[in-house]
Amino acid sequence: MLSLRELWRDERLRQVFAACVTLGLATGVFAVSFGVTAVGAGASVAQTCVMSLLVFTGASQFSAVSVIGAGGSPASAFGGAALLAARNSVYGLAMAPHLKGRLGTRLVAAQITIDESTAMAASQSDETHRRAAFWITGLSVYLFWNLGTLIGAILGSAIDPKSFGLDAAFPAAFVAMVWPVLRERRSAMAAAIGATMCLALIPFTPVGVPILCAVLGVVVGIPSPSSPASSTAQQESAQ
Amino acid sequence: MSWAFVFALGATAYGFKVLGLVLVGERKLPPMLDRCLALIPAALITALVVKDTFSIGQHLQLDARAAGVGAAVIAAWRKAPLIAVIVIGAAVTAALRAAT
Repeated sequence: MLSLRELWRDERLRQVFAACVTLGLATGVFAVSFGVTAVGAGASVAQTCVMSLLVFTGASQFSAVSVIGAGGSPASAFGGAALLAARNSVYGLAMAPHLKGRLGTRLVAAQITIDESTAMAASQSDETHRRAAFWITGLSVYLFWNLGTLIGAILGSAIDPKSFGLDAAFPAAFVAMVWPVLRERRSAMAAAIGATMCLALIPFTPVGVPILCAVLGVVVGIPSPSSPASSTAQQESAQ
Repeated sequence: MSWAFVFALGATAYGFKVLGLVLVGERKLPPMLDRCLALIPAALITALVVKDTFSIGQHLQLDARAAGVGAAVIAAWRKAPLIAVIVIGAAVTAALRAAT
């Protein structure tokens, strides 16, 4: 592990910090809007804040409060929100090999295993930076998300994140994080399959399902890299 | 909204998050599984980009976000720092919205 002083001196991690503050602000604006929506849907300020502290999955929370706010049943609100939270279990699988250590640490890491922390970790090229990027990103999003929720729930009014293009800030950030990963041929293939799968399913499946199905892209990892197409051809010619 | 709902959703969300981490845990995985797990971020994060850029709910939609994310792709390709890519993506989207 790096010490705090080393963290500040590290060029790549300074980039991670700078990006986290920017992303954190965007997260905060969305969180304010969540706080307003939740209170508008009939949740108390305390319930709204506890929801952000415990659930900490933006898409799920927005989905839950908008279904309830529109007069939907708690069961349907819960179902939709749970479906959106499910992809974090896939991120957990991906992060597990990098988050070895004490069980207690892993149980804390679980709460911040989300889109942003997983993507930022994946964009790093070695183990030390991967772990550091995961923690820095996860904790800063947690901080900004919960601060924003509190402000929104108390204030009761928010600016529209769309007027600042903040809804595009997240996909833009993910593009930058996934870019170095895609230079590797197999990752690019997995990404192409995942993206195609997702786009094709969006009109036909409940929200949350297309991203889950994108996991099928990992099938390109099944064949061993030490047995490329040439050796398959040799086997075939030998038969 | 009931407290039961808040706690049930919190428990479910945490359950999902902890599932993957605990399922794999400290175990040594077969190389094939290791290779597949390593490809998860590429597959899911790219799908997330596509979803966030081209859809609203269950509808596919082409709007200002596509231009913003397109600009972000060019910035990432030109090796711009992460913070610049984020700002460019948001700014282009906001500018296009303000102009139309």
